[in-house]
Amino acid sequence: MRVMVLVKANEDSERGDYSGHAEEFAAMGKYNEELRKAGIMLAGEGLTPSSDGKRVAFGEDGATRVIDGPFAEAKELVGGFWIWQVSSMDEAVEWLKRAPFKGTSVELRRVAEAADFEGQIPQDLIDAEQRLRDQSGQQG
Amino acid sequence: MTPAASAAPDVGAARRTAEAVWRIESARLIAGLARVTGDVGLAEDLAQDALVAALEQWPATGVPDSPGAWLTAVARRRYVDGVRRQAVFDRKAEQIGRELAEAEDPMDEIEFDAHVEDDVLRLIFTACHPVLSRDARVALTLKLVAGLSTEQIARAFLVSTPTMAARVTRAKKALGDARVPFEVPVGAELEARLASVLEVVYLIFNEGYAATSGESWTRGDLCEEAMRLGRMLAAFAPDEPEVHGLVALMEIQASRIPARTGQDGAMITLLDQDRSRWDRLLITHGLESLARARSLSGSEVSGPYVLQAALAACHARALIAEDTDWTRIATLYQVLASLSPSPVVELNRAVAVAMADGPAAALPIVDSLADDPALRHYHLLSSVRGDLLARLGRNAEARAEFERAAAMTANAAERAHLLRRAAAC
Repeated sequence: MRVMVLVKANEDSERGDYSGHAEEFAAMGKYNEELRKAGIMLAGEGLTPSSDGKRVAFGEDGATRVIDGPFAEAKELVGGFWIWQVSSMDEAVEWLKRAPFKGTSVELRRVAEAADFEGQIPQDLIDAEQRLRDQSGQQG
Repeated sequence: MTPAASAAPDVGAARRTAEAVWRIESARLIAGLARVTGDVGLAEDLAQDALVAALEQWPATGVPDSPGAWLTAVARRRYVDGVRRQAVFDRKAEQIGRELAEAEDPMDEIEFDAHVEDDVLRLIFTACHPVLSRDARVALTLKLVAGLSTEQIARAFLVSTPTMAARVTRAKKALGDARVPFEVPVGAELEARLASVLEVVYLIFNEGYAATSGESWTRGDLCEEAMRLGRMLAAFAPDEPEVHGLVALMEIQASRIPARTGQDGAMITLLDQDRSRWDRLLITHGLESLARARSLSGSEVSGPYVLQAALAACHARALIAEDTDWTRIATLYQVLASLSPSPVVELNRAVAVAMADGPAAALPIVDSLADDPALRHYHLLSSVRGDLLARLGRNAEARAEFERAAAMTANAAERAHLLRRAAAC
């Protein structure tokens, strides 16, 4: 199974100011190395401040509106993520407990698999998609 | 958690935590103990004792702050106690007792520092030692390095738990009897021993990827274990192109697992798969590993795993089946055949040639394999020949080949697929 680890932004990361965080960077580098040596890390990235970001708001009628960053409340923003391959959520928790964070809370979410949607997506949708694929297959 | 549940220690949670900690720490724990005791079997027994102690105590006392260090301390105490008991038994208690008091405690060396990682690499090479049978290497690697329980390994390989337990015990004893040193081989020996390690990891992957018998087409957990082991190896031995090649090969192959079976459980062949269901994350990771292998070796013809990964990458890069570069695939198979000649590789080359230049160009290659004793009971030879004949309009011969192939495969999903093709001729 896969889990996504959602790390929150903070005021410094929102300012793009990492000058006072050399030690944290070193500790995080070491931790990432541990994850790599355990063979569980599939992806891991840090995000730039939300001032670089955009939001697209969708109205009830589907109309879109683009909002420029920065966005308020650093604690509500995602600052980085990992994707891990683990054997259980308990294993993910144990790994996360070893991470060098302080004064924050980090969220673990299981990545959905096909089986999670089984029986929930109407069969006619699946069939329609299949027909579409069959047709394009014949053309090709 | 409800207040009622938090009042008493959560036995189930502590147990699950112990098992999760074991998954994370067991390889390093066993490896560190093996270096000090010089005995992988004893090291595993000591580590298991520590796990049993954790499973007994943590539900009552709570999980310690440093669970890995806790397991190490318990295992170390068991070892020292064992040495003392043995000393008493040998009536040399006084002498050994003095030595123990004077000497540095050898178990002090077990810390989670840099050389513990070397120990894990030693553990992998020892578990994959050629003195063991393939089955034993696979079982021992999953047990000692991946941290799976005997029950899990038994279930994955469709044997009873006592059978698997006996296999593990025999393997540990064989290592002891052969006095296999706990080390990473050097010089000329390294290449052959590394090949054995890679073979074991790929065997585990293939057991999961294409279960050759039984109703289930994939046993994905084994694929995940194998990929994890491969990535571990790549981190521990980052300069070996073939290690990265194996990781790339497994990840690109595994990326197709979600697309390999249809709604009814029937198998879908590579070219008919819905590529939007391929796992892009694994493809990205796999292509990165392949690029690393290439930059290390300066070419992609350095070894069989890099080559096979390069082949798999040809498919992964084609967003639709029609975009596949079959000429390049045929060329890569030719290189692979020159590197490690095999009728199976030649059969695959025939498939690529058929795609690049048409069935008529490929049929002579397949026909030249007809008398190869290695392929006499190989269903894919008949299956491929049936496909070529069908495309040439030789339907009666094609049907006979598909039926022959169906009779030879042990996989139910594959048999159904072949019988459908026979009926369509």
